[in-house]
Amino acid sequence: MKLFHYAAPHHFYRLAGRCAPWLAALGSVLALAGLWLGFMVAPSDAQQGQAYRIIYIHVPVSWMAMLIYLAMAFWSVLGLVFQTRMSGLMTRALAPTGALLAFLSLWTGALWGKPMWGTYWVWDARLTSMLILLFLYLGYIALTSAIEEPRRSDRAGALVALVGAVNVPIIYFSVKWWNTLHQGASVSLTQSPRMASVMLSGMLLMSLALWLYAAAVALWRVRSLILARERHAAWVQQLPEVLAQRARRAGT
Amino acid sequence: MRATPPPVPSPWLAMAALLRRDLRLAMRRKSECLGALFFFVLVAALFPLAIGPEPATLRLIGPGVLWVAALLASMLSLGRLFEGDHQDGSLEQMALSAAPLTWLVIAKLGAHWLISGLPLVLLSPLLGLQFALAPEALAMLALTLLIGTPVLSLLGGIGAALTLGVRGGGVLQSLLLLPLCVPVLVFGTGAVDAQMRGLGAQAHVSVLLALLLASAALGPWACAAALRLALE
Amino acid sequence: MASWLLKAMDLACQKAQRTLFEGVSFAVPAGSWLHIEGGNGCGKTSLLRILCGLSPAAQGQVLWPAAHTPDGAGGASVQRPDRRALHYIGHALGLKPDLSACENLCLDAQLSGLPLSRAQALQALAAQGLQGRAHLPVRVLSQGQRQGVALARLRTSPARLWVLDEPLVGLDAEATARARSLFQSHLDAGGALVMTSHQDVQLQGPGARWQLGAKAVPA
Repeated sequence: MKLFHYAAPHHFYRLAGRCAPWLAALGSVLALAGLWLGFMVAPSDAQQGQAYRIIYIHVPVSWMAMLIYLAMAFWSVLGLVFQTRMSGLMTRALAPTGALLAFLSLWTGALWGKPMWGTYWVWDARLTSMLILLFLYLGYIALTSAIEEPRRSDRAGALVALVGAVNVPIIYFSVKWWNTLHQGASVSLTQSPRMASVMLSGMLLMSLALWLYAAAVALWRVRSLILARERHAAWVQQLPEVLAQRARRAGT
Repeated sequence: MRATPPPVPSPWLAMAALLRRDLRLAMRRKSECLGALFFFVLVAALFPLAIGPEPATLRLIGPGVLWVAALLASMLSLGRLFEGDHQDGSLEQMALSAAPLTWLVIAKLGAHWLISGLPLVLLSPLLGLQFALAPEALAMLALTLLIGTPVLSLLGGIGAALTLGVRGGGVLQSLLLLPLCVPVLVFGTGAVDAQMRGLGAQAHVSVLLALLLASAALGPWACAAALRLALE
Repeated sequence: MASWLLKAMDLACQKAQRTLFEGVSFAVPAGSWLHIEGGNGCGKTSLLRILCGLSPAAQGQVLWPAAHTPDGAGGASVQRPDRRALHYIGHALGLKPDLSACENLCLDAQLSGLPLSRAQALQALAAQGLQGRAHLPVRVLSQGQRQGVALARLRTSPARLWVLDEPLVGLDAEATARARSLFQSHLDAGGALVMTSHQDVQLQGPGARWQLGAKAVPA
């Protein structure tokens, strides 16, 4: 089947190498457009002044952090059902980016909180859920790094990603419920009275840019992972970059 | 030599045998089981020492502190769940047994709860008295722990199986498990809080029961899959 | 009754990116034995675990007889059999150190789905030369005695295929003779035996010795 053609590391390596630069370039263009819209064009908010502009980073980053976890769960299901090795590698490649974005979401959320509500951390439902999502990412990375045997590492990681994905909605709703009970009239960092269409387009552009960035970085990372995993295979030994590296080392 | 192999046995006998075996083993190693219990009591005693003995404050933090202490004590006892069986080869025999591994896992997790979870439930009212909780709150605390500790055992089984034989397994297990236990924690303490404020706690208890059913349905299967991975 | 109990087809095993063995193919007919030899670290234990279905093979597959149909005809199946048809004893013997030998046997039988009375368990232990030791916790027994308890389990097992990893380790001359006669009577009754050992087993009847290396060859 044509689809499984790319399930072989050899072909996926080449595909990733071809796609990643285009995705990165397109992502950069969209990011510039989105930032220009958000920081230059969009009007300042009636209540929050100029400082609200950090939502053009905070909201897309939060969306992407959650989306990447769903993507990891998707690849995990593929890996468990079709037993392909590439699925485990793609899940691994996505995890560090997802963790970084979750951390950035917390960071930008704190930076927004200080000028607005006077405090860096608010136990808001979304921020708390994002914190737990960060722990889920870190747990996945820690487990897959600790297990040396590749097959067990991939499959254990897939199980963790799936169990986490099933739990994320439950965790989100329980934290939301907890938040309304304890905080009462709490602040909601992503609430705005009205969203002008220009603000919305700015956020959407940034989200798209981040999605392309995440895809490009994941594909680049998966190439390194493929090389590391398959280093004894014949096709790796014949790669131009590997031969060049070997020639350089022999020359020095 | 029989011409045909014996018929498929009912899994209940194997489960009952495994449950009895684990209980018997726990009885022969009482000190290990009591360790987690002492930890529970100690942690619960540390908080008043750290925060101050004022009854109003203690009443506020009591349910939360006791729930977190129960959670940590469960984490502690999970390390022993599959380690012994893995090292002496019993886990392989269980994987090869005539009864499906999922059922045997249920028996093992059940035994674990009886040894580690149930004592926490029985001890919690006594510790609740230290936090100046009213009798209704004590009863609700015990009820939520009764429903919540099996969920901790079920989820903990998955974590223990995934980190079996992995270096740094204990801390890794906690890192994997604690985010997943947040819903149980939130609804367990929420129920006691609602009880203390005079609002009904039925919604919370229903959600806890739903969490128990969901983890009982899916947890053993995930745990068995992780165990087979560990045996490869 | 199936005439063969195990078929290995083109098995390969990889550990830590190193190929331990490849191209291993054989069949184990009923009543025959297979003795796998090789140096340390050549993959004997890995091969046995693949034959039991505990570990996956990097390549190839293992076939066992399909569940018996009423008219006695069988077929091949990749479904791993359980303890009623296949009995595996690995390096770790699967005995709980805090239980007595007798308790271990009774519990083990229940995991196979077969009830075992204490009298039968004691009889099996006595046949293995452990009559005075049946009620001691296994942790106070010596290595050879523990091996004896593991072998006593075989006497009460309904399985026709035995897969044993170094079953003679630590046994003295008398215990080795008992083990040998146990294996022989199993083979004579139509069972099959796959084992690894550094010692020579000297079993009668059809059998083969395989030397496991980078290329497995019949010895």
